[in-house]
Amino acid sequence: MNNIISDETIEYVGILAKLELSEEEKEAAKSDMGRMLDYIDMLGELDTEGVEPMSHAFPVQNVFREDVVTGTDIRDRILANAPEEKDGMFVVPKTFD
Amino acid sequence: MSDYETVIGLEVHVELATKTKIFCGCSTAFGGEPNTHTCPVCTGMPGSLPVLNRQVLEYACAVGLATNCDITRYCKFDRKNYFYPDNPQNYQISQLYLPICRNGHVDIETESGVKKAVRIHEIHMEEDAGKLIHDDWLDASLVDYNRSGVPLIEIVSEPDMRSAEEVIAYLEKLRMTISYLGASDCKLQEGSMRADVNLSVRKVGETEFGTRTEMKNLNSFKAIARAIAGETERQIDLLEAGQPVIQETRRWDDDKECSYAMRSKEDAQDYRYFPDPDLVPISITDEFLDEIRAREPEFREAKIARYKEEFGLPDKDILLITENKHLADVFEETVSEGAPAKKVSNWLMVETMRLLKENDLDPEDIRFSPKNLAALINLTEKKTVNSTVAKEIFEEMFKSDCDPVKYVEDHGLAMQNDEGALRETIQKVIDENPQSVADYRAGKEKAIGFLVGQTMKAMQGKCDPGSVNKILKELL
Amino acid sequence: MSKITEMDALTLGQAIKSKEVTVKEATEEYLKSIKDKDEKYNCYVTVDEEGAMKAASEVQSKIDSGELSGPLAGVPVAIKDNMCTEGLLTTCSSRILYNYVPTFESTAVTNLRNAGAVILGKTNMDEFAMGSTTETSYFGPTRNPANPEHVPGGSSGGSAAAVAAGECAYALGSDTGGSIRQPASYCGVVGIKPTYGTVSRYGLIAYGSSLDQIGPLTKNVSDAAAVLTAIAGHDHRDSTSVDRESQDYTKALVKDVKDIKIGIPRDYFGEGLDPEVAAAVKKSADVLKAAGATVEEFDLSLVNYAIPAYYTIAAAEASSNLERFDGIKYGYRTEDYNGLHNMYKKSRSEGFGAEVKRRIMLGSFVLSSGYYDAYYLKALKVKALIKKAFDDAFAKYDIILGPVAPTTAPKLGESLSDPIKMYLGDIYTISVNLAGLPGISVPCGTDSAGLPIGVQLLADCFNEDKLFRTAYTYESEK
Ligand SMILES: [Mg+2]
Ligand SMILES: [Zn+2]
Repeated sequence: MNNIISDETIEYVGILAKLELSEEEKEAAKSDMGRMLDYIDMLGELDTEGVEPMSHAFPVQNVFREDVVTGTDIRDRILANAPEEKDGMFVVPKTFD
Repeated sequence: MSDYETVIGLEVHVELATKTKIFCGCSTAFGGEPNTHTCPVCTGMPGSLPVLNRQVLEYACAVGLATNCDITRYCKFDRKNYFYPDNPQNYQISQLYLPICRNGHVDIETESGVKKAVRIHEIHMEEDAGKLIHDDWLDASLVDYNRSGVPLIEIVSEPDMRSAEEVIAYLEKLRMTISYLGASDCKLQEGSMRADVNLSVRKVGETEFGTRTEMKNLNSFKAIARAIAGETERQIDLLEAGQPVIQETRRWDDDKECSYAMRSKEDAQDYRYFPDPDLVPISITDEFLDEIRAREPEFREAKIARYKEEFGLPDKDILLITENKHLADVFEETVSEGAPAKKVSNWLMVETMRLLKENDLDPEDIRFSPKNLAALINLTEKKTVNSTVAKEIFEEMFKSDCDPVKYVEDHGLAMQNDEGALRETIQKVIDENPQSVADYRAGKEKAIGFLVGQTMKAMQGKCDPGSVNKILKELL
Repeated sequence: MSKITEMDALTLGQAIKSKEVTVKEATEEYLKSIKDKDEKYNCYVTVDEEGAMKAASEVQSKIDSGELSGPLAGVPVAIKDNMCTEGLLTTCSSRILYNYVPTFESTAVTNLRNAGAVILGKTNMDEFAMGSTTETSYFGPTRNPANPEHVPGGSSGGSAAAVAAGECAYALGSDTGGSIRQPASYCGVVGIKPTYGTVSRYGLIAYGSSLDQIGPLTKNVSDAAAVLTAIAGHDHRDSTSVDRESQDYTKALVKDVKDIKIGIPRDYFGEGLDPEVAAAVKKSADVLKAAGATVEEFDLSLVNYAIPAYYTIAAAEASSNLERFDGIKYGYRTEDYNGLHNMYKKSRSEGFGAEVKRRIMLGSFVLSSGYYDAYYLKALKVKALIKKAFDDAFAKYDIILGPVAPTTAPKLGESLSDPIKMYLGDIYTISVNLAGLPGISVPCGTDSAGLPIGVQLLADCFNEDKLFRTAYTYESEK
């Protein structure tokens, strides 16, 4: 494996992705990610100098909506899915702004 | 202290005055019950997709053109990924790689007369976040997504400012420009304009910048000035003590007049920006920009110069009227209805301002039409009504935009311009008040005031006090 | 008259129209079939018996009044569980959405309802469509009706198996890297991934937004054309939906390939391809040649680069798309937690399965500071090169013909251990998603164990009519 993923990297990616892995999962993740990156490194064989990165295969542009209110109050239906709700709002652990 | 210089750049967020959110049809109106202005898109429901509000693009381009920016002809939205409960998707749709505007500048002039250009690095479009409210009972936070998805532009300046005074002049300039465009009302206190201050210090004469900090939570010009002073001092103290300034985000507490670091080990500050695959690129044509340019209003500086030249108004009047574009519009339209400029200015500066203040309203809320104000001024000019009656009519006009001519007719408020009848009444007053007449004749000038008052009373106010005075003096 | 559950969708639609069968009978037959078989195959996450019966009676009265007259009116359908159905549980086969009831409906489903479809329920899938076997589902694997010891393929394995088992007349699936075509091939049904932008993604719970596309899984090519006609169309709620005139794809159901030039990429018949699959696919080319098509071999370049480019792009987009699952607004929230970040981490770690976590981790990494250019941007450039390779190919050929997958359906439990090996199974399907092309999988035989094999036909963007014409001709002539 050319890409050796360190404990720090897995820890860091866990912070970014908000995932908490067990020790066993961490070891698996290190090896999986390393192997995948080795595989992805194959792309380096291709000369992409001057190639425009392509986000969409078909060039659709300038899609807009007009500034007209179409929303109606569906709060109760939206909140029906919330794990915890109070006073028409979603409850989250104490968070400082 | 004095051998340090403060270097300041600003990130200004401005809420755009659209009716709907940037990517969905929810209303941007203030004051709704929590989460009543939400839909699957702005609450981040799985499967929902964003579609750009055209008006957001138009406002962003209008601001960019007015601040001398280059408009990016091919621009895209990117996702800024970070977890926070006020952000329902846990990414903010913003722009990093191809922001809509770049390389602009605005010219500022400070109170003390410093003139300079502040360069604008870029302006990008993005969505606002929801609100977090602390709940003491649950010891938890509550999330309201009514503001989630409200359109913002973020105006990023170069580090070209050197004092709080320059910062305030820059913000004032942006506020004037943007509010003249109608793109936002730019109210700092209400959060429709928010400034984050990037600040560093360096020894005078140095060319390298020092390490900067970013300060958030500044919601008035005063808070900004205090925060700049406080942070400048903090950084100088650190450097003088041989300690480094750490690059970080700090929150300004205006009550305690100090800032503190907003750090968390869970905050990686690695936003993993990438082009949002749910949105398509925007390609901007010359025609599109021409249309926006054609709608550009006359800005304040130009108005000030023209008002001096065209109306010969005093500076004080001009500054007040041009402070707000809507007010200036009312002024100009009233004048074009035939009313004398200075008279119009007086009505706007005195009575209009008083009533706006009493009713806690903004000039945008003015309901009377320029046509009716011109008609009212005409009535006073022709002396059909005196100033007391005119004020009474104006109060009604302010409320209901009534037609002053009709109001005078309906309420029988027209002045008696029949001089014969007025003379008769005055003679009667003289006859009935021999003591006052004697006093006046004995040299007590003031006694005439009483006689004028009596006449006005007998005439039910429908006469011109000046004429009464004149006839009285003649008859005595 | 044959058994209802053995009819194809258009035949059943015709029988309903001519009053030989009522919508209620059709719906009841299918619900009964699900009751009989689904314990064995596990095609469904949710069966909506009540909703289906209610829809049946509503659709029947609309048919009777003449309000509904389309070819699919009254025909029962199954929907992959990553498409939002208003008021009906939508889980993506994930614990993190175990209780999620959407407040809105995906456009594709709305379009089907407008065509008179009766929705039987939601089908099982690989969790968040990440997988090729339907084994990563939180609700257990689906089994292949051709042989229950084998997987049905994935990620739309529930949909493909339900069609094959007669648990629905047809189904909707989604295809990000082969997720319609590969299970269609494994289960012996027809599956088409339309050109990107043809079917609205509104209401489709995103995996890789720039690659995802909804499409039909059906018993034959005619049904596929009829279903695509019903679900396709411009949608102002999906910015990536292409604004083109609506098409009736059933008009392309013509037996005629005399003007069709078919190219067979040599690179698709190299190492790793099962000889029995290769033989069946080559035989299908012979059938088309005999029907008048021109067939030749050619070199399609960059084939091996599609997988690494795909997994970079799909994982990056997925890592961002799946950030919204945080235990705040809907779905699973962990029982015990200490503060906000701990709540996020525990809810997500307990709510997502191993494969989803693997891709989120990879995606977060390739987008992270310092790696964006080297990985994500590089992959987008390779995507442009792959698109160019197809443009060159379609300058010469109307249709590209090849296998769907290197093998027939593997046994349950054999694929998941080695991710790279699993990803290699997508080699023939993935580049189609990168290039936005339409691709169809049509049954072309079975291997010696009796497992189905599919042939894949590809066309240039928006040339679905050529695809249907060729597939229909093949299906008729084979
Ligand atoms: Mg920003
Ligand atoms: Zn909304």
